[in-house]
Amino acid sequence: MNALPDHEFQFIAREIRARSGLVLTPDKSYLLETRLAPIARKEGFASVLELISAVRVRRDDRLLWVIADALTTNETFFFRDKTPFDQFRDLVVPDLMKARPPGARLRIWCAACSSGQEPYSLAMLVQELRAVGKIGDVEIVATDISDRVMEKARAGLYSQFEVQRGLPVQMLVKHFEKAGDLWRLSERIRSMVRFQRHNLLEDARVLGKFDIVYCRNVLIYFEGDAKRRTLEMIAGTMAEDGVLFLGAAETTLGITDAFASSPDRRGLYRRVAGWRRAA
Amino acid sequence: MKSCLVVDDSRVIRKVARRILEDLRFQIDEAADGLEALNACRRTMPDAILLDWNMPVMSGIEFLRQLRREEGGERPVVVFCTTENDVDHITEALKAGANEYIMKPFDGEIIQSKFSEVGLI
Ligand SMILES: C[S@@+](CC[C@H](N)C(=O)[O-])C[C@H]1O[C@@H](n2cnc3c(N)ncnc32)[C@H](O)[C@@H]1O
Repeated sequence: MNALPDHEFQFIAREIRARSGLVLTPDKSYLLETRLAPIARKEGFASVLELISAVRVRRDDRLLWVIADALTTNETFFFRDKTPFDQFRDLVVPDLMKARPPGARLRIWCAACSSGQEPYSLAMLVQELRAVGKIGDVEIVATDISDRVMEKARAGLYSQFEVQRGLPVQMLVKHFEKAGDLWRLSERIRSMVRFQRHNLLEDARVLGKFDIVYCRNVLIYFEGDAKRRTLEMIAGTMAEDGVLFLGAAETTLGITDAFASSPDRRGLYRRVAGWRRAA
Repeated sequence: MKSCLVVDDSRVIRKVARRILEDLRFQIDEAADGLEALNACRRTMPDAILLDWNMPVMSGIEFLRQLRREEGGERPVVVFCTTENDVDHITEALKAGANEYIMKPFDGEIIQSKFSEVGLI
C-alpha cells in the first residue's frame, strides 16, 4: 500500500487514542491498512486513505468509533496463562469466603473480556466450586469496548480451534454441545455472565463495587497516563480487600501506588490500604 | 527427555506431529496402527502417546482399552488426535482412559496447549 500521508496518520492516531487509549505508532500503520480495508469497502470508499480523509473532513464520530473497534486486538483463549485461574480457585475465592459474612455475594469484573473466554472460564470454575459448596452467590460482569466481540461473547459460540486452546476436554464435554461446525456453551454457564459495553477510559463507578477484577492484556496497548488513570479508576471500584489480576506482561509498578503486587504471586495485585486518588 | 509414541496410519500426519513434538523436546517413536503401537509399548512404555482413532488392523480405541490392561499400561499419558469430533466419541475415549483429546486439524499451538494441560510440558 501507499503509506498514509503524515497528517492523516497523525489525525487518526490522535482520535483513536482519545477514544480507546490505543497508541498507534507509525510502525503500526500496516494495521490501518489490513484492519480498515474491509470498513472502507463496506462504507463505499475506494481506499483506506479515502475513508480516513472523509472521516477527518466530516468529523464523523460514528465512523471513528467503528474504526476504534476495528483496531482493537481481541486475541484471547480459555484459561489463558492458567495461573490466574488456579489462583482464583485455590487462593482468592477461599480467602474472600473466609473474610466475608456467610451469604455475601462475590462480585467479579472482567474489564476487557473480548469474545468471552475469560469470564466464561471463571464461570466454569465458579460452577465447580459451587458444586462442592465452596462458593456462595456470585455475579460476573464482563465488559469490553468492542460491540463486535461482545456480540460473539453473548452468543457463546466457538470454533473447534477456539475450544482446543486452553480448555480441558473434560470441560468441553461437560459445558458445550456441538452446533454444526461450532461448539455452543451451555445456557447454564452463559447465564452466569452479564455482558455490558464499557470503555475503560470512562468512569466505571456505575458498575458498582467489585471483589475481584480481571484486567488482562489490555493495558499493554495504552500509553502511560491512560494506564495510570485506568488502574486508579479500577482501584476506586474495588473492595478494600479486593484482588486485581493483570496480564503476564503487565504491572502496576512504576505506574500507580494504588496497588501492591503480591511478592510470591505473580500477576496478582492487592489494593493498598488507605490509598486515595489524588484530587 | 520425555518420549512420545505417535500412532497414525498417515505417514504425513506422523511426520507433522513428529516435527511439532521434537520442537517440544520429545523423543519420538512411530507406529502405523494399534497393533504396532501395542508391540512398541510392550518393548518400552513411552511417557506419552498421540493416538489416531481410525486405523487398519487395530483402531486407536481398541489399542487404548488393551493398553490400560497391560502391565505398566496405566502410566502413559494418552492424547487422542482424530477427525472424530462429536461428544459421543470424546466421551467414549475418556471412558476408555484417554487423558486428553485433539480434534483434527491440529497445529503446534493446540498440541502444546493440550500437552501442557495434562502436565507433559
Ligand atoms: C487482547 S484482548 C484481552 C482479552 C482477555 N482479557 C485476555 O486476556 O485474554 C484486549 C481487549 O481489550 C479491549 N479494549 C481495548 N481498549 C479498550 C478500552 N478502552 N476499554 C475497554 N476495552 C478495551 C479490546 O476490544 C479487546 O477485546
